[in-house]
Amino acid sequence: MLTITDLSLTEAKVPHLSGLTASFQPGTLTTILGRTGAGKTSLMRAIAGLLIPDSGRIALAGSDWTRLPPWKRPVAMVTQQFINYPHLNVRDNVAFPLVRAGVAKPEAAAKADAALTRVGLSSMMDRRPSELSGGQQQRVAIARALVKKAPVLLLDEPFVNLDYKLREAFREDLVELLATETGTTVLYASTEPREALQMGDQIILMAEGRIVQSGQPRTVFAAPASLTAAQVINDPPINPIPFRQTSVADFGALGQHPFRLPPGAYTLGLRAADIHPGGPHQAEVTLTEVTGSETITHLRLSGQHLVMQEKSVVPRTPGDRLGVSLDLGAGLVFGADGARKEI
Amino acid sequence: MRTLYLTLKYTAILLWSAFVIFPFLWALTTSFKTANGVTGGATWIPWVQYEPSIVGWQSLFGGAGGINVMQPFANSLIVTLTASAISITLGTLAAYALSRFSFKFLWMRNSDITFFFISQRIMPPIVLAIPFFLMLRTLGLLDSLPGLILVYVALLMPIAVWVMVDFFNGIPRGLDEMAWMDGCDPVTTFRRVILPNAVPGLVVAGMFCLIFGWNDFFFAFTLTFTQTQLLPVAIVSLNSSVTPWWALSAAALVSIAPLVVLAFVVERFLSKGGLAGAVR
Repeated sequence: MLTITDLSLTEAKVPHLSGLTASFQPGTLTTILGRTGAGKTSLMRAIAGLLIPDSGRIALAGSDWTRLPPWKRPVAMVTQQFINYPHLNVRDNVAFPLVRAGVAKPEAAAKADAALTRVGLSSMMDRRPSELSGGQQQRVAIARALVKKAPVLLLDEPFVNLDYKLREAFREDLVELLATETGTTVLYASTEPREALQMGDQIILMAEGRIVQSGQPRTVFAAPASLTAAQVINDPPINPIPFRQTSVADFGALGQHPFRLPPGAYTLGLRAADIHPGGPHQAEVTLTEVTGSETITHLRLSGQHLVMQEKSVVPRTPGDRLGVSLDLGAGLVFGADGARKEI
Repeated sequence: MRTLYLTLKYTAILLWSAFVIFPFLWALTTSFKTANGVTGGATWIPWVQYEPSIVGWQSLFGGAGGINVMQPFANSLIVTLTASAISITLGTLAAYALSRFSFKFLWMRNSDITFFFISQRIMPPIVLAIPFFLMLRTLGLLDSLPGLILVYVALLMPIAVWVMVDFFNGIPRGLDEMAWMDGCDPVTTFRRVILPNAVPGLVVAGMFCLIFGWNDFFFAFTLTFTQTQLLPVAIVSLNSSVTPWWALSAAALVSIAPLVVLAFVVERFLSKGGLAGAVR
């Protein structure tokens, strides 16, 4: 089991990781979800040994890795950039870590061939990386990471530089590939909540160098522990709507709702899917994003910026007036401290 | 319009080619002339305009009125190749360190240290000549091949460092890190991953070192007397009360021959895009 305990890391006086504690079971895929700058890459690089933490401990099966140099850690990593050795052909690229580990060259070449066949590059083994497309280059990097059979596999947004279609196809391929890698602890960093919800056995939400929540993806999605966690795991972003609780929840111009809460100031986290077209509130369209089969509409309503999600393609233009209804009862309530409140 | 453009373009190329090739051609014809051929006006066609002679070439190999350039040629070869090899080796290691690790000495950082290296070349040679002379005299290395090699290393290594720092900076650090994760310690990473990808840089640095080393006259002249003569000094020593243009021309051709061969050999290594496919 890979464990990190109270891990903190500062670079150029900027804290990148602050007191991270987590454990990762062998044979599981954990998705680390967070926005850019949340600390996902720093965590991966610390586990790989490319960054030395200020404090805390990293251990695999009880053996302390914290000060172990990267070349002594049994870790494989695929990064956002497609890193391959330009002076070697595709086969030698994949065989490289095996040869360095002392595997005989013919055996390493045979294993490289098998790994490249698994990622669909059997016909490109003698080419140089520069002769491949971006997607093929990333497959080479993935094959090189898989061939090592390292107990820890770090995937740092490996598909972010690929186009949408390729990304979807790769994601499915990767899940299939990893299913055969029994006993490997896989960490997958992502900025995309949908990807994280599809892929992981476990999910870790990160923001500003901290773990804000971890658990099973659907549980975390259904019950985010805090407003920050809700903002990280929702895509489109959750709408934070402040309200004041007296005998009822008072949303000002947006109406009231009969929540049972102690009096005070709260924030309602309303998912984009809980705002519907057609309703009493007149909103102004500020932006429309059509993503294949759905429409994300950005609205201005009573001085508030809201995002609405519809499961259909609806042509709208900025400046349009639109009546909307808000399903306030479906929202999540967060206290002044940001923690979620049961309602 | 296009015809005019092509005409102008090729005319310019031809004129420039003539400008570049003319001195070589002139030296070549002169090397096969004698005093009569040289003083009889501009002549080009052997046997028609002048009677060719190999006296000039003979004088380079111990013939009448000349010297044997074989020993100075060998000396130049030994000094240049050895100094260049040492400079490239040390300079490449220094450049990799400067490119990849952060150094701090008093107020100086990596860029200051890199500039310190190249600043050795900013100074006029005469400033360095006296310290070098005194240093070699103290070490008992004046007028010797080891002494010249030492001085040339001091002169050539800044060039190697300067070229290679820039080249290593162009190699993504991600490549080093990936090699570490593939089980290479920093030395193996340098040897197995970085160096093979730095070949074009090494070739450029090597070319600079060889050209500067081979063509140097000033230090070869000021730091040697009679025991250790390098080719540029030997060529100048051919001059006497009567300038033997034929011998000088032959010697000039001998002195540029290695560099011409070198240029043809290394040209194929100077391919652009050597790092394509490293990091996208």
